[in-house]
Amino acid sequence: MPDIVLYAAEVTLNGLMAGVLYALVALGFVLIFKASGIFNYAQGVLALFAALTLVGIQKGQVPFAHLINAMTGKHYTNFPWEVPALVAILLTVGVMVVLAIIIEKVVLKHLVNQAPIILFMATIGMAYFLEGFGDVMWGSDIKTLDVGLPQGINETIDSVTYNMFGYGFFIDNLDIVAAIVAVLLVAALTVFSQYSKQGRALRAVADDHQAALSVGISLRFIWILVWSIAGFVALVAGIMWGSKSGVQFSLSLIALKALPVLMLGGFTSIPGAIVGGLIIGVGEKLFELLIGAPFLGGATENWFAYVLALVFLVFRPQGLFGEKIIERV
Amino acid sequence: MFYREAGDFKTSYREDSQTFPIKFDRLRYYVVLAIAFGIVPLFINDYWANAVAVPFLIYAIAAIGLNILVGYAGQVSLGTGGFMAVGAYAVYKLMTAFPEVSIFIHVILAGGITAAVGVLFGLPSLRIKGFYLAVATLAAQFFLVWLFNKVPWFYNYSASGQINAPERTMFGVFVTGAQTSAMAKYMFCLVMLTIVALIARNLTRGTVGRKWMAIRDMDIAAEIIGVNPLTTKLSAFAVSSFFIGIAGALFFAVYLGAAEVGEAFGIQKSFLILFMVIIGGLGSIFGSFAGAAFLVLLPVFLKNVLVGTLGWPTDLAAHIELMIVGGLIVTFLIAEPHGLAQLWRVAKEKLRLWPFPH
Repeated sequence: MPDIVLYAAEVTLNGLMAGVLYALVALGFVLIFKASGIFNYAQGVLALFAALTLVGIQKGQVPFAHLINAMTGKHYTNFPWEVPALVAILLTVGVMVVLAIIIEKVVLKHLVNQAPIILFMATIGMAYFLEGFGDVMWGSDIKTLDVGLPQGINETIDSVTYNMFGYGFFIDNLDIVAAIVAVLLVAALTVFSQYSKQGRALRAVADDHQAALSVGISLRFIWILVWSIAGFVALVAGIMWGSKSGVQFSLSLIALKALPVLMLGGFTSIPGAIVGGLIIGVGEKLFELLIGAPFLGGATENWFAYVLALVFLVFRPQGLFGEKIIERV
Repeated sequence: MFYREAGDFKTSYREDSQTFPIKFDRLRYYVVLAIAFGIVPLFINDYWANAVAVPFLIYAIAAIGLNILVGYAGQVSLGTGGFMAVGAYAVYKLMTAFPEVSIFIHVILAGGITAAVGVLFGLPSLRIKGFYLAVATLAAQFFLVWLFNKVPWFYNYSASGQINAPERTMFGVFVTGAQTSAMAKYMFCLVMLTIVALIARNLTRGTVGRKWMAIRDMDIAAEIIGVNPLTTKLSAFAVSSFFIGIAGALFFAVYLGAAEVGEAFGIQKSFLILFMVIIGGLGSIFGSFAGAAFLVLLPVFLKNVLVGTLGWPTDLAAHIELMIVGGLIVTFLIAEPHGLAQLWRVAKEKLRLWPFPH
């Protein structure tokens, strides 16, 4: 087989893996948008905050050390212990739930019935706040996140493909783990929303707020629930991205990667988020390989996803799987 | 008592349709103009011009531009930074290609070029609405920044990839380049802002503005009563981008002097200007001023307090500043979702009745 085809096949596989990671972030968006109609820009920062908290707890950092030191002149950095990864993850989930409750009590409760753009702006405000808060709490230096996930090239795939084509595919173990986790997560979410009482309430709220209220579903509880789930999804995304490229500010920018995924898949569709993520992951990698790098000077990944989504939307304004937009006067 | 329509009789159509029909408004407008043109330039120094006055004036232009699009025409855009970059690079290419032409004309032309680009990226708005459109405008943001980074023609093949504003004068006074005095920068931007604000105010009061608002309130209904969505939406994009382009040109040529596109016109800028519009008040020219003033002054104030007074390290102060800005935005949206302009409207209602309670 010619080299370029093999190379393109490898890039496609890697694109699929990257797409899974985009989909993980997009999933958090979709959950919140469905349940409350809020376009949650803070999802990326939630992932950053979750990852920072996880590293902080795991390494036994003193929270707000920088602030305390600046105010008192002491030099605290770490507690004399380290927390096992699993315990740290559970604690972080707890923190995300508390955060969801605080967000509902402090922000969302007061913004019921406001225009969508106001709610969107509020989430950007929250994103700023959380970003600053995460940095003040845990410090802004780049941290390595290690919860014991396998990393590095997958030898089996490398040797199998080498024997078949004479060219070994480079696939990161971490990406494979991420794909498996994403599948499990979507399966768990589907089971939860189809078969549990809270899941049904969640779907009822997504369908019609007023009707849900009238049969006795507490909107506020559902909101806390859905923000907690989004926090949990953010934690998973944070772990994956954090293990891959370190926990730092740029992690919050994955939200920007997830937006075109949402447009493509539709804001209200969970399968859409997954399919959109895969299309964009593969599309931008292949475009960069075949057209971007040779002809356009590279770094087309920054905008390709957006332009693809834009062109796509012109033909189908509600995205691939979004609900059909019906407008009446 | 001070602010009222009663007793303010108009005897000609001209008087009736003037920019500020109410006497108190008109007076206030003249006072503000007199202070801005007559008194501030006498006292302005480099610190105040660079930290507060010039950024305020430029952001106010950008906020007015974005407010026309988001507040009046209802088309949410997150591509402001990209459009500002178009203005900046257009003025740079014009300044270096035609050194003998006045900088004033270049800035206006840069606005025109940005308007054309804005119309191009506004085309999808005919099909896409709401948040889908907001995200779609991000395509403009990322694509334009990438374009100015990757195509060397735009930055005249300079080794650093930066653009540097050459020195240009108006009436023998430097307005761009290193030798520019604080007063010249301030006056140049102020003149631009005054022109832009007057145009915007009158556009939004007239036929065009009413069409925009009809489209904003419900585009299908507007179409049925005879508002053409194509021309209305695209004219909103054109006018808005024109102003934003002027702001971008000034931001680069007068304020920064040298710019790197990703840093100066990144997505943060888009959000910043959108915040100004929202905090100031959607659909209000005064609100654009108020929002710009608020978000320019707040970081300066916080920095002075946290670093200057409390003596905390700058990185910590920067993070706390983020927290405070974010917190204030949320608080603001909860307390007054219609922005500072609404506070002003309430104050005017109070003034109308004062000193009687009813």
